[in-house]
Amino acid sequence: MLKLLIKYEQKLVEHGLCASGTPLVGGVNDVVIWNREDPLSEELEKIIAGLNINSLIFARPVEPFFSILNYLARHSDTEFVPEDTETRTFLHSIPVARSLTATEIIPLLQKRKGCVVAGHGIISFGTVSPEQAFVVFSSIIFSAFVKFFVDHAYAQQVGAPDPEAKKMLPEVLAAYDQFLPGHAEAELVTGDFSNPGDIVRAMIQAGQATVNARMVDSFFGNISYFANDTVYISQTGSSMDELESCIDACPLDDSACTGITASSELLAHRDIYLGGSNRAILHGHPKFSVIMSMLCFEKDCKNRGKCHIKCDKPRFVDDIPVIPGEVGSGPRGLSNTLPPAVQGRRGAIVYGHGVFTVGQKDFRDAYASLAEIEALCRNFYLKIISASN
Amino acid sequence: MHGWTGKILKVNLTDKTTEELRLPPDVYLRNIGGKGLSGELLLEHFRHSWDDPQMPLAFMTGPLNNTSSPTSGRMTVMSRSPLTGAVCDASVGGKMGTVLKRAGYDGIVMTGKSLDWCGLSISETGVSFGNAAHLTGLPISEIHTQLAADPVMKNGAHAMIGPAAENGVRYAAIVFDGHYFAGRGGLGLVMAEKKLKFISVNGSLKTEVFDRDELKAAQEEIFRLVSASPMLTGDLGITNYGTGALYDLMHSRRMMPTNNFRQTYFEHSPSMNAYAYKKQYDTRKFGCAGCHILCKKVGAKGEIIPEFETMSHFSALVGNSDLDVVVEANRICNEAGMDTISAGVTLATYAEITDQTLSTENFLQLLENIASGQGEGVALGQGALRFATESGQPQVAMVSKGMEFPAYDPRGAQGMALAYATSTRGGCHLRAYPIAHEILRKPVATDRFSLSGKARIIKISEDMNAVVDSLTACKFLFFAASLEEYARALNAVTGMQTSAQELLKLGERIYYRERIMNARNGFAVNDDDIPARFFEESGSSSETILIAPLKRSEFLEERAAYYRIRGLDEQGLPTAEKCAELGLSC
Repeated sequence: MLKLLIKYEQKLVEHGLCASGTPLVGGVNDVVIWNREDPLSEELEKIIAGLNINSLIFARPVEPFFSILNYLARHSDTEFVPEDTETRTFLHSIPVARSLTATEIIPLLQKRKGCVVAGHGIISFGTVSPEQAFVVFSSIIFSAFVKFFVDHAYAQQVGAPDPEAKKMLPEVLAAYDQFLPGHAEAELVTGDFSNPGDIVRAMIQAGQATVNARMVDSFFGNISYFANDTVYISQTGSSMDELESCIDACPLDDSACTGITASSELLAHRDIYLGGSNRAILHGHPKFSVIMSMLCFEKDCKNRGKCHIKCDKPRFVDDIPVIPGEVGSGPRGLSNTLPPAVQGRRGAIVYGHGVFTVGQKDFRDAYASLAEIEALCRNFYLKIISASN
Repeated sequence: MHGWTGKILKVNLTDKTTEELRLPPDVYLRNIGGKGLSGELLLEHFRHSWDDPQMPLAFMTGPLNNTSSPTSGRMTVMSRSPLTGAVCDASVGGKMGTVLKRAGYDGIVMTGKSLDWCGLSISETGVSFGNAAHLTGLPISEIHTQLAADPVMKNGAHAMIGPAAENGVRYAAIVFDGHYFAGRGGLGLVMAEKKLKFISVNGSLKTEVFDRDELKAAQEEIFRLVSASPMLTGDLGITNYGTGALYDLMHSRRMMPTNNFRQTYFEHSPSMNAYAYKKQYDTRKFGCAGCHILCKKVGAKGEIIPEFETMSHFSALVGNSDLDVVVEANRICNEAGMDTISAGVTLATYAEITDQTLSTENFLQLLENIASGQGEGVALGQGALRFATESGQPQVAMVSKGMEFPAYDPRGAQGMALAYATSTRGGCHLRAYPIAHEILRKPVATDRFSLSGKARIIKISEDMNAVVDSLTACKFLFFAASLEEYARALNAVTGMQTSAQELLKLGERIYYRERIMNARNGFAVNDDDIPARFFEESGSSSETILIAPLKRSEFLEERAAYYRIRGLDEQGLPTAEKCAELGLSC
């Protein structure tokens, strides 16, 4: 258990979400253990005692996330509700506690997987592994970040930006630059691959590069390669930086269900391959791409509020289509909307969700496109808010 | 009340009388329905033997039945098991749960014993008893056809027992609507002991919902998660391939019980997977009332395609490599109304003890003999443990608390070892189902080759599934959704203000009560165990996957931790302190 606690402490730091030595990660079997000693653990153990859980993370995120969370906490009553896919599908809402006390936090965590503690940080828990707590922690940061920028752009557009947000913006952007790695380029192996071992190695490398470039949060995102009439795809809930033993080989004819643990986007990946000459797909959640996908200034749109499933207008960021679609293969799933959108293009952005990019031989093009689309979206965003200043 | 009807039908089969039981609202709030409410009502009867007329047989719905809450049309059947002597409850699908609510009842509690074979008919206008002698000896499909032909019961739901129960098989099932089984532990034999052949229910009443808009919102949240689940609605998931979709996974993870758990790898598996059934039988899907996943499969000629456990045990466990034989064996069990898991393990035990590989003819004939109570079938109908004990080799029976193991070898998913051991009904995968995280990566992946830290996970999962079975929701949904979403649905239907964690607390109480029931009947630490084979013998390793024996010391350490977490003493028995905390009497 201690090994797991330390692993997720390190991941919080390596992903740039927390400063070294700050996360507190607790695990419970019949007794509670911590990754390190801390005076706060006494209060946190009261929280653990009040819940049926097996792990808990408390940490203060680095800037700009800490300031953004505190801003949203100040501007919320009991919770805030981002409208990105992470929140819509998994978090539902993000509760806010005003003090780091068990009495205030337990009722919030009885209902939700994590909460913001104003002025302190984030608390999240798991019931089978600290990985769940890590995922929720990371998702809260992602969703809050997206909400801050989306809300600000809309407010700016109508000429009523919140002065506090406006004042924060330069510092937030500067801190976000610090969060990002110095350069997004990565040396990826060249294709065509046909040997399963080469395919898996290429996928592991591209997945790691995507995480290193901070274009994906927690364990979300996925990656696949098509060869030998088989889609090689990352497993559901696998971390892009831990893909070893987490890639399923799914034959096109479905002659084996081994890929039942494959990513929920298997169907979308498969149909992209069947609809063109692509061999590689990379899916990440770069933040400004998600933010830009959620900015639509169409007036009096009948689908407002349901853009994620009902948007019927052709939308683009430069040459990149923005499409509706929910996670997976349901009637409103992106398995229906994504494959046609990607045909003949380098990628597409799914509303509130993330970016899918393709490559014809290996992951170099897909990776480069992911980085370019994110840079493009960031530039567009900055233009939007400066134009309406 | 919203959600519940507030009425439970009490039936005395001895004198053919009925009365309505009206429980205080707080009893409903503490127990929810299904498993929880059944346990509440049956607790004080658990000193009776399973065949004592005073031992009740309960059918219990939940507040979400007959509402638009997703996959919430199931119900619980509970009594004491003829196979194990322990508490035995089964979550069953079909439409009985929904229709019983429409008839105006939250549940039925049956005691007594009829002199002759009888049937019970329930509708919103009344209850009647009928003679059922004409249905004895008939296969399930014929019984169902006759019951469904009753014009009064048009669109109704029917529960019935088949020849296996009549012939004393200790793993006889109760079959609902011809296809849905309260399969494990011999609940069909309990019904047979009461001389109750069938229960037919019809009704048209609506269930009052507290806040329909809120229920719709909860429903959307759940549907969204289901759509995002590869296990459920993915291309290779159970909506397309049924539960048989797991077959390839168990094979590739080298944890498919083979030759009575002596190996964990069956070389013929790749040609006996769900895809093979789909191709050979041109399957289509069907399922429970109100479910959009539709996990059951039927062939173009009406062949019922086996569930995963049956696919596995009727192939790898008994050494059969013929797909048609699996389907035929499944048909025999279905028509007789008996549990395929127990039947498979019992025959594998027989094969090991008699040192033979069963021929397909012998395999099918033995199943027929068990169902009809003929020849060796009489002894085999008593279950693997009794048969092995009679043969002087009890260690050959792959059981816990006398219940035969399903198709997950615990050496390939070690949490399953503890889950089998601590399950209140015995060798059952459904109480904690660690396969979800050890194999299916839900909610996240855990190390399948380690027991470390699993005690608490097993305990939490048992509590969670106790809630799921009390909501009478489908466990499959919890590969995608969680109690967080279902708490919202429950609140919307009933007007409660509960949360996921508060529901887990109710689940803890429901599960602990089952430990009390078992403790009252002498179950203790020695019963929370699994066969020595798993600690002494390796499974079938490959170059990259090592299936080693479980370490006994680690198992005992984790079981002791489980007792501490669960609030049991070192003997696995309930403590006064924990009982007081949960508001239960020891």
